Amino acid sequence: MPSIAENFFGFIGRKTLLLLKDLNYASILINDTFYWAFISPFKGKAIRVRVTISEIVKVGYNSVPIVAVIALFIGIILALQAAYQLKKVGALIYVADLVGVSLTRELAPILTAIIVAGRSGSAFAAEIGSMKAAEEIDALVTMGINPVRFLVVPKLLALLIMLPALTVLADFIGILGGFLLAITELEIHPYNYFQQTLNALVMNDIVTGLIKAMAFSVIITIVGAYHGFRVEGGAVEVGRHTTASVVTSIFLVIVFDLFFTTMFYFFT
Amino acid sequence: MEKAIEITGLVTHYGEIEILKNISFSISRGMTTVILGGSGCGKSTLLKHLIGLLKPTVGSIRINGQDITAMKEGELDEVRKRMGVLFQGSALLNSMTLADNVALPMREHTKLEESTMQIMVRMKLELVGLSGFEDYYPSQLSGGMKKRAGIARAMALDPEFLFFDEPSAGLDPVTAAGIDELILKLKKAFKMTFVVVTHELPSIFTIADYVVMLDFGEIIFSGTLDELRASDNHRVRMFLERKPEKEVYSPEDYFRIIAGD
Repeated sequence: MPSIAENFFGFIGRKTLLLLKDLNYASILINDTFYWAFISPFKGKAIRVRVTISEIVKVGYNSVPIVAVIALFIGIILALQAAYQLKKVGALIYVADLVGVSLTRELAPILTAIIVAGRSGSAFAAEIGSMKAAEEIDALVTMGINPVRFLVVPKLLALLIMLPALTVLADFIGILGGFLLAITELEIHPYNYFQQTLNALVMNDIVTGLIKAMAFSVIITIVGAYHGFRVEGGAVEVGRHTTASVVTSIFLVIVFDLFFTTMFYFFT
Repeated sequence: MEKAIEITGLVTHYGEIEILKNISFSISRGMTTVILGGSGCGKSTLLKHLIGLLKPTVGSIRINGQDITAMKEGELDEVRKRMGVLFQGSALLNSMTLADNVALPMREHTKLEESTMQIMVRMKLELVGLSGFEDYYPSQLSGGMKKRAGIARAMALDPEFLFFDEPSAGLDPVTAAGIDELILKLKKAFKMTFVVVTHELPSIFTIADYVVMLDFGEIIFSGTLDELRASDNHRVRMFLERKPEKEVYSPEDYFRIIAGD
């Protein structure tokens, strides 16, 4: 009979080994994805352009309505919350600064990433997972087709283009939301609000938001693909990994957001 | 007979459990070799090793003299272009039409004109009796038609080797007989080496030239059909005469059996 101590250390050891295995698998996937996306095209293995375009439509164009509506509401909410505090000190015009800066630097990238993680990250995991369950991935391998190049690279490229684009859209619509509230409820003159926003924003605000969006697109693709490829067996596994992919990618998006925001705080 | 595939000393594990125990046999060129055995005997695992999806713990698999167990992915892809595989569930890509499915290996590995590819796709589909179904999606087809389409895709690059994983699994006897007939037709028309994994008795006697029988990860029989019929091995007889196992397994017994204790 193993003692309690042996059981305890055995438990820690097994968990650590499992974690290392997962990390190993994830790093192989990241390595493969970047190789097939950015190195192999120069060695004559073309990227699947048509599929990439259809992914762009799926992950980008089809997300426009939901991103737009949420950005508009968040803009209005931000303006209301800011006004609640600022009117006490008679500085209502600074609503424009607050809405503009917090949206472009922070809220637009992270909200867009969370929406896209929920929409597309889960779809990636479900698509790849059900292909794994139906031996379609094995079939690709036996045809001499690399599944990462075939499935993951178009998704990565689509998100690398569309997540920043959606973020810019969210920037504009969110600011529009704040603007609409300001000129009606807060009775700020439209021109003043417009000028105030322009003065508050610097190029850096938008650029840091876009850098974040690029990083988030890598996270969402890799996490979705990782969970898809980890499916072993049937439909229950596909469901489990789909859920896990959303939770993991939202978690990692926030972790990396913290990291980037800290970096930008100290170095810009 | 010239040996196309030679398997020597193949041992493989799932975790701690030994699935294949020192398997050695060879597959002759231009013949149909059937790998036979009950459920869970390791025959599908063996097939996955032959097509390079799994790597063995020890042992070698030589295809045309090259050891595929020692190859890197890139080299292995070159060997795979000369293989066609029909998976148990056909494994057609559900997001593509039949024509695109069959054209996929050509698109990826050749520089043929689109129009040439269309003609070849039509020829391959006609070969398996599916002409006119170019624009159908796999979900719109019956099980038997999916298998036929899977065969058409496996043949897309005119392979030297064609592997079948349970071609008649999940099909009614009539459809299954149709698939067997198709295999015979292909065998007559093309000089290919066929490897079929199955447990269906009628189809073994229709298509096989040579039979290898696995039982709990070991080869218990290899020889021609006549030798199979004449075999007096107890396990072979049970299989041929469809005799049930005497006892019901408990999970512990089951693991003991596949672990070989």
